[in-house]
Amino acid sequence: MAQTVKINVTVNGKQYEREVEPRLLLSDFIRHDLGLTGTHVGCEHGLCGACTVLMDGEAVRSCTIFAVQADGHEIQTVESLGTPDNLHPIQQAFIEKHALQCGFCTPGFLMTLVDYLGDNPNPTEEEIREAIDGNFCRCTGYFNIIEAVKLAAQKMASH
Amino acid sequence: MAGKYVHQSILRLEDPELITGNVQFLDDIELPGMLHAAFKRSDYAHARIKSIDVSEARKLPGVIGVYTAEDFGDYIKPGPLQVPPPTAIKGATYVARTTMPIAKDKVRFAGEPVAIVIAESRYIAEDACDLIYVDYEPLEAVVDLEKALQPGSPLVHEDLPSNEAGHVRQERGSWEEAVKEADLVIKRKFFINRNAGAAMENRGIIVQWDKHAKQMTIWCGTQSVIALRNQTAARLGLFESQVRVITPNTGGGFGPKINTSLPDDVLITYLAMKLDRPIKWVEDRRENFLATTSERDQVHYCELAVKRDGTIVGLKDFFYHNTGAYNPYMMTVPLNSQTHTVTNYRVPNFLTEFYVVFTNQMIVTPVRGAGRQYGVFVMERMLDAAARELGMSPVEIRRKNLLPANAYPYYTSIIGQDFVEGVLDSGDYPTSFQKTLELIEYDKFVNEVQPKLRAQGKKVGIGVACFSEGTGVGPYEGARVTVGGNGKVVVTTGYTSQGQAHYTTFAQIVADQLGVDVKDVKVITGDTGYFGWGAGTFASRGITVAGTATHLAAQKVRQKALKLASKILEAPEEELELADGVVRVADIPSKFISLGDLANLANPMRGTMEPGAEPGLEAVAYYGPPYGATGAGAVGLIIEVDPETMQVSLEKMAFVHDCGTPVNPMVVDGQIHGGIQMGIGDAFYEELIYDENGQLVTASFMDYLFPQATDMPKKLVLGHMETPSPLNPLGIKGVGEAGAIPIPSVFVQAVENALQETGVEFDRDTLSPSRIFTYVQQAKGA
Repeated sequence: MAQTVKINVTVNGKQYEREVEPRLLLSDFIRHDLGLTGTHVGCEHGLCGACTVLMDGEAVRSCTIFAVQADGHEIQTVESLGTPDNLHPIQQAFIEKHALQCGFCTPGFLMTLVDYLGDNPNPTEEEIREAIDGNFCRCTGYFNIIEAVKLAAQKMASH
Repeated sequence: MAGKYVHQSILRLEDPELITGNVQFLDDIELPGMLHAAFKRSDYAHARIKSIDVSEARKLPGVIGVYTAEDFGDYIKPGPLQVPPPTAIKGATYVARTTMPIAKDKVRFAGEPVAIVIAESRYIAEDACDLIYVDYEPLEAVVDLEKALQPGSPLVHEDLPSNEAGHVRQERGSWEEAVKEADLVIKRKFFINRNAGAAMENRGIIVQWDKHAKQMTIWCGTQSVIALRNQTAARLGLFESQVRVITPNTGGGFGPKINTSLPDDVLITYLAMKLDRPIKWVEDRRENFLATTSERDQVHYCELAVKRDGTIVGLKDFFYHNTGAYNPYMMTVPLNSQTHTVTNYRVPNFLTEFYVVFTNQMIVTPVRGAGRQYGVFVMERMLDAAARELGMSPVEIRRKNLLPANAYPYYTSIIGQDFVEGVLDSGDYPTSFQKTLELIEYDKFVNEVQPKLRAQGKKVGIGVACFSEGTGVGPYEGARVTVGGNGKVVVTTGYTSQGQAHYTTFAQIVADQLGVDVKDVKVITGDTGYFGWGAGTFASRGITVAGTATHLAAQKVRQKALKLASKILEAPEEELELADGVVRVADIPSKFISLGDLANLANPMRGTMEPGAEPGLEAVAYYGPPYGATGAGAVGLIIEVDPETMQVSLEKMAFVHDCGTPVNPMVVDGQIHGGIQMGIGDAFYEELIYDENGQLVTASFMDYLFPQATDMPKKLVLGHMETPSPLNPLGIKGVGEAGAIPIPSVFVQAVENALQETGVEFDRDTLSPSRIFTYVQQAKGA
């Protein structure tokens, strides 16, 4: 058995104490140790953004962070946003603008945007493109995602 | 054709679950006792395997087994062809060297598996791969497409006399006569390269064998559950019914996921049985780049014979097509290239010929567009060259030669990937071209905007290109429509989904026929446990072929419901209507019976049934067209080139397409959007670059440039045309690949236009800032 380290991580408001291998990726910890499979893994080298989660409120790529680095930190995943009956405004906007097709990259976009729109509630189109530039999508050409972000900003402003 | 739901942009029914993480993709599935697989892959593109030492790997704690070709004995042999050979084409020749599940004696591309490790975790399995030592004797790699056919070239398959994998020649009229008739014959050579599918979710598979029930369950995001089931059953000596293939939610397909009998499914099905434990394998991104399948290069030598006024009298095209190390997918890609050079414009005489070539590179199979864009690129480039030499505008020469609106059905005299002569079923190419010119404001740009901007020193350019897209080909798809006792409807089909909204669009088709709320229609795709017939998700055929089968099955259920309700309500069928989940007498809405009650009555538990009657409010239907429906369109693009960096900024794009009846216009737009992005990648960002040793040097997203939000056009305008296809009752044509097809053609034309004063002419479909710079330097004679 490889050497393990004890970590304490809060994920979506719930505290977890686990023994993990130092090399375990945070993405694998979230998905396979905690069973929170809403976070997806697209490249495992920090480029595609599918695995984006919030760490202490900041969007980070969970595939290039070790679980041990999350010790003592607070993580939020897509499961913390909305439910099918009670969607987060960004999720609602994505559906209304047909901003997802296969849906694999979507959780990463959502978490990037929760962070971004929190700091920039009224972005221009150019700023939106910059904001999502670190998230890859193969289905939508980003056109409807950009529209969804504009709509989400409106929805969040009126909330 | 419009209905309450068909032709409406209703929001997708699958989204609320999908967007909250409440669905399962392949890697989300955990089974008790599950093991994990990892592959040891070849570092060489071409080498003999002298020995493989797995002893250290086997000793690693947590490793269950390490297997090389010899451990599998006779089980290891080349897989079946995934697509039949082109025997329908007179004189076509081919050899088949299909995929080896694991390298035996020799490796033929970098990334080919030489060993598989099964372990308690993926981490351990990958550790074990590092402890496998392979002794190779490196061989010279076959990389260059043209050199591969020269005498003395090393051979990818040493049992063959050369690297030639096949040859096809098709002609109409006489090229010699065309040359005599022409005022001018233009000659060009083109280099084409193509991208990876690069779906955001990599491939993967989970296999579970139930030794008591003698039943295998496979979870796989395949584009063809039927092929995977049938080939697995045949290989393992099982009935098809003993293998169930389930597609979980799948994160994009784009072509490469159509393949079956690849190393993973061949080896892992066997090992799951042998070890009596479920096994999971999930591809990583590097493996996806190196060793899934993708498209690759072609080299074209093309001649176009034209009259002084720009009229085409003939085309001659000769090309080489790279098929990689093996050719399980036969000639689908080059046949698509071949047909699409001559199916958009009037080409009275043509002679088109290609050689398929083995190289020491990853296997080539279709990626969105599937070779169509090469054919379109060649013809569009030839028209640009002809316009240049004749002093015509790119618009004028296209107008002159586009097939007219009254040309349909148009017999193309060329056999395509579905092995029948192509027939363009419907369309109006001149109008879609005209519409594109209006949306891009071509005249205004050329006459007013461009001169003004040029005067300010800006390198702005415009391009226009046309395309057709053979879609919705056979053989067939099927669907079952069942009304439950709860009054809700289930649709099952062997077709598979990777994000194309079938859960919504198929439901729209059914809801219109049965008069139910679209939310009460549940669609199940790609699960052989529910529906065991079909071909697969390819050639933009989902809504056209499986959608039509769904429509026909729903119509049958409708007839059944009307017949039964007529008896119960004691009213003639023609006085009944289906609406709001009931069958009712149209004039007496209080006289009705719900579909749920009818479904129960259609399945009597006692009593008698009429001879020949079939139980349930259920029906199955199949649909197979005689030939594919052909979509078409045109695109205009305005760009600006930064003369310092040669970076190209996409200012505005106008895209007009015709897919007949759009079942859900919002979804159609989405398909176009995604295709455009892939086309932009193809034209300026993405490239699989192999070095002279056959090493893929762009095997990560660090090196392989994936188009991002800032790379998309600043403005996109879509235009729609609807010429219904006469081939199916809803008038549908496919659209999935359309967006990707004409982009490289329009992109290079627009950049040329922006750099007009340099005289630069591009002869390849993938540019980059450094390539543009090089071309410009060459044009300047520098």
